[in-house]
Amino acid sequence: MSLIKTKNLTFEYIRRDDEGNVEGITKAVDDVNLDIKQGDFITILGHNGSGKSTLAKHLNAILYPTEGTVWVDGKDTNEDEYLWDIRQTAGMVFQNPDNQIIGQVVEEDVGFGPENMGVATKEIWERVEESLKAVGMYEFRKHSPNKLSGGQKQRVSIAGVIAMHPKCIILDEPTAMLDPKGRKEVIRAVRALNDVEKVTVILITHYMEEAIYSDRIFVMDKGSIVMQGTPKQVFSQVEQLKELRLDVPQATLLAYELQKAGVKLEDGILSKEGLVEALCRL
Amino acid sequence: MLKDITLGQYYQEDSVIHRLDPRVKLVGTVLFMISLFLFNNLIGYGLAALFLFSAIKMSKVPFKFMVRGMRAIFLLLLITVFYNLFLTKGDILWQWGFLKLTKQGIEVAVYMMIRLTLLIIGSSLMTLTTTPNQLTDGIESLLSPLKIFKVPVHEVAMMMSIALRFIPILMEETDKIMKAQIARGAQFESKNLFKKVKALVPLLVPLIISAFRRANDLALAMEARCYRGGEGRTKMKPLKYRGRDAVAYVVMIMYLVALIAVGIFTEGSLLKILGLVA
Repeated sequence: MSLIKTKNLTFEYIRRDDEGNVEGITKAVDDVNLDIKQGDFITILGHNGSGKSTLAKHLNAILYPTEGTVWVDGKDTNEDEYLWDIRQTAGMVFQNPDNQIIGQVVEEDVGFGPENMGVATKEIWERVEESLKAVGMYEFRKHSPNKLSGGQKQRVSIAGVIAMHPKCIILDEPTAMLDPKGRKEVIRAVRALNDVEKVTVILITHYMEEAIYSDRIFVMDKGSIVMQGTPKQVFSQVEQLKELRLDVPQATLLAYELQKAGVKLEDGILSKEGLVEALCRL
Repeated sequence: MLKDITLGQYYQEDSVIHRLDPRVKLVGTVLFMISLFLFNNLIGYGLAALFLFSAIKMSKVPFKFMVRGMRAIFLLLLITVFYNLFLTKGDILWQWGFLKLTKQGIEVAVYMMIRLTLLIIGSSLMTLTTTPNQLTDGIESLLSPLKIFKVPVHEVAMMMSIALRFIPILMEETDKIMKAQIARGAQFESKNLFKKVKALVPLLVPLIISAFRRANDLALAMEARCYRGGEGRTKMKPLKYRGRDAVAYVVMIMYLVALIAVGIFTEGSLLKILGLVA
């Protein structure tokens, strides 16, 4: 069953000059059709300005389509009465961890979402405990978020969303402001959620290494989806990705260059381990 | 320098004072502030200081931490003391131009200094031992009768707690911008006051822009987490009075009674203490 579906989703915004006169219309998202199933791990790739964040903001009714329709769990995001249901079904994690943590103590921040939903006090505590454990931050529950590392803060933000028991988590470049160690922490936590809790994940990123674990990849450019498929399918088209100003994972790039040089390797090698294995088989 | 401002920061510790109901701490702080203006003699100040320092001791917050917070407000304190010292009318001890050092002036200045110091430390004790969320809950609960008059109590409390949460973040940011501007040749150290104020422009403009951006992001994040005002909201940590809160109230009343007793003993009558008769 599809959890999130978009049909001909288009979003335009009007550019204005300093005096407020209309300069032109930019299509940030252009005729996008998505169908995301429950339990999927989806990655949306694209360079800056490709419209991927704008698309993400449609999936939990922060923005509304100019044309077309978005359904989350069968509910149209244009209908006001479903607004809070949709935001609860599709939780969102943003880029800057400092600007999305409301509480001064980790556990209070995780409890913020359930509080807003009107969950009973006892259940809030249960939810906070289980979500902090799910991202491995339980031992920090009494700490101040200001004293945590970027990766830890972002895991707290994820816990804050999980505590609302969403069916789907949308992560809008959650690792863009983190160091490599923090990035790994966050991606590990997200994968665990998808594997263990079966939460649908929509990861928006421009780090190719993060995309290799997903079930399906969508590549966006100028507001449209230009490529889609499994990581293997997408990353085997190295030339096309380069045209879109996107990198491929290093192992894939090396395999591609080796192939060009005449080494008989299979297409779509994604990880260092996979490359080593393929090379040993030669 | 900026990291020194402890007002509005929370100090993580597990103590009796930390566990007290925020309403108790709020009422206590207000009472303590009022009590400082009830008397004008050293015994009273001694008593107030004793009360405050035993509370600090119980809170397990290092005393150094609070004194550090004082440094930032030191200038304000100095100005107040200066005004009282030289501009109070009375028996002149020393004169230079319009500046008159009077006996009464010294007395008032010393009292004012003690009073303000106790006041600042007292209120910072409250913010150091209460998380902003608890503080918000406390204010919201204490002011909730005002809802009848359509005062947006929840919204105001939420705004306050967010402001408090962002103080350390904006402080850090100020430091960062300052360093970035110094690296580009900006000079913040200047003896000329006019130049000094002008030098703040390249610091304040990026800071304000960034604060707006943060506010926008935060609002988005709050809405994404289903925030829609106070209605229908439950509490993770609902306020419930416990035994220790009753004890705290009793201690507070005892403190007030003791103060008033000291006042009657030294100044003669209750009316005089309250300033109702001269």
